[in-house]
Amino acid sequence: MRRLLEKYAPSKEHMLDMLHDLQQDEPRNYLTRDALRAVAEYVNISLSEVVSTATFYSMYSLAPRGRHIIRICESPPCQLVGAESLIDLLAQHLGIAVGETTDDGAFTLETTSCLGVCGVAPAMMIDEELVGNLTPARIVDAIEAVRRRDATG
Amino acid sequence: MRLARGHVLIGINDEALLAGARDIEAALREALHAHGLADEIEVIETGDLGAAGQGVVLSVYPDGVQYAGVGVEDVDEIVTEHLLKGRPVERLRLAARPIAPTGLTGKQPRIVLENCGVIDPESLEEAIASGAYEAMAKVIESGVLPADIVDVVKQSGLRGRGGAGFPTGLKWSFTAPGDRKYIVCNADEGEPGTFKDRLILEGDPHRLIEGMMLAGYAVSASAGYLYIRGEYQLSIDRMQTAIDAAREAGLLGEGIFGSDFTFDLEIKKGAGAYVCGEETSLIESIEGKRGYPRIKPPYPGAVGLWGKPTVVNNVETLANVPPIVLHGAQWYRGFGTEDCPGTKVYTILGHVENPGLIEVEMGTALRVIIDEYGGGVRGGKRFKGALIGGAAGAFVDEASLDVAMDFEGLKDYAAVLGSGAILVFDETVSMVDVLHGILHFFRHESCGQCAPCRLGTAQLVETIDRIASGAGSVEDLGLLRDIATMMRNTSLCPLGQSPILPIETVLGCFGDEFTERLTDGATAPSSRQGRN
Repeated sequence: MRRLLEKYAPSKEHMLDMLHDLQQDEPRNYLTRDALRAVAEYVNISLSEVVSTATFYSMYSLAPRGRHIIRICESPPCQLVGAESLIDLLAQHLGIAVGETTDDGAFTLETTSCLGVCGVAPAMMIDEELVGNLTPARIVDAIEAVRRRDATG
Repeated sequence: MRLARGHVLIGINDEALLAGARDIEAALREALHAHGLADEIEVIETGDLGAAGQGVVLSVYPDGVQYAGVGVEDVDEIVTEHLLKGRPVERLRLAARPIAPTGLTGKQPRIVLENCGVIDPESLEEAIASGAYEAMAKVIESGVLPADIVDVVKQSGLRGRGGAGFPTGLKWSFTAPGDRKYIVCNADEGEPGTFKDRLILEGDPHRLIEGMMLAGYAVSASAGYLYIRGEYQLSIDRMQTAIDAAREAGLLGEGIFGSDFTFDLEIKKGAGAYVCGEETSLIESIEGKRGYPRIKPPYPGAVGLWGKPTVVNNVETLANVPPIVLHGAQWYRGFGTEDCPGTKVYTILGHVENPGLIEVEMGTALRVIIDEYGGGVRGGKRFKGALIGGAAGAFVDEASLDVAMDFEGLKDYAAVLGSGAILVFDETVSMVDVLHGILHFFRHESCGQCAPCRLGTAQLVETIDRIASGAGSVEDLGLLRDIATMMRNTSLCPLGQSPILPIETVLGCFGDEFTERLTDGATAPSSRQGRN
């Protein structure tokens, strides 16, 4: 952790970057208590100040998430072409509600505001990968492709 | 750029990658090689070519032919028919040109997107060959004073493209004196349906760097921050590559072009908060804090980043600055209208044949934008209405189709230009459902700092949920207006002040639909259906 933090000057100005890096380094995609403490110590501010910043932004999580984060867009341009029913389908396929993680720890389902790829609406992201022009079949394919990749390791 | 008989530009963006752009590029290079054309025709990766929803798009120069929806299986035909024999493959040609050939004044109106989709955004050399840093060099070499730059931007009539339309030169002139000042570029593009700034970041990064440098020179700031939303990873990577290259070449840093002007800039990555698009929230976020908006005044021009005078400008605004400085205010005023000179970049989405990105002159009629650039309403259906400016924007109906689109023209229709997102609805859309989506969005994005917005957005959601489910009453329609009016009058920042506009305009244009839903919830049409 120290190694990741030392990329940056010990200043609050770099806190968002530090939190991004530490979260990405954690397999379960969240900010552990140790990570938050490490930032507080490194920047020399109180833990509560770090938590205050971390809890404001939707890209950070303080609870363990799945190994993969699915973010499906729920903005009007996606909604107009059917995103809402696709969110239900996605939840059903994974067997979880929005905000939850599958029992095997593979996926967390989140909704997001506009991803800025409205030309291929409806759209979602699985980790850093974008999947657009969503249909029920494409959603299932994308999830299963990730599962297969994980299985073959 | 190596000399070649022709060039094939392949637009690389998220959408194209999704459609297999890399495979197509490889197939193209292979086919050119196989036909002995590898030395004659150069394949260049570029940014977005301005046609969204069209898969992989290729532009062939010098012919200027554009192909859309290209698959690996089409590559051989393009090479043998077009590149070898000079016969364009008609069946793949893009139906409508996504970017306007000529505008109101009969001139080529590409100013901001001049190089997007034409140059390799990862090459400093190509950017320079296309005129990057020329304005900055001219300023230094001919000894133009900072105040002169502020003047030329003032005279050009350039207005902020982030949504509010405040005169840019005036904003710069309000910057307080101080030993340390900052230029902040707002690339926290979060307004639903808006991705114009992403295309500039990904397609012509050096233009933005130069715009920030010129702004820095104009107000005597030596440091800049470029705040990009966390979801735009490709934009962040491309801008970082460009900044590194510019720094390496001595274009950023100390003693720019041998003068005593120093300017450098740094990228700040956001972490998911719509409210950070508000300039004071964005400043708080750069400082590493929660993105809570500040109480204004003082404005950032007086007390900004770390308490220092700060200019915050949108990406598109800054991208307009280099050509204004280079060609002058009069040249710029040759485009657009008297009150709103220049061009505007729009994203046109929803139920149109050709969704995508266009740059047209200010004052272009909405009808022209939808019919000529958007290709008209999809599937020959009837135009019902449009939402202009994203969630914080305004609804218009058929009666407004001839509105001249600029900051002033839309005022006559109680609408705003906002971010430049145009979401088109055909006759099948339920406006109740659209408003439902918008009000849920505001509740989700309210930062929670001030009570009117925190509570108001939740109350709006409760009310629209009731209406949408068919359990609402006529009083609920009045309630929507009352809550949103209270929010406009008492909220701290533009987020809480926004919901009144979509509510007022949707009830004004499509009020009947809401009344119908009150009495006949079960049979009301719904737009919530999957794509076939």
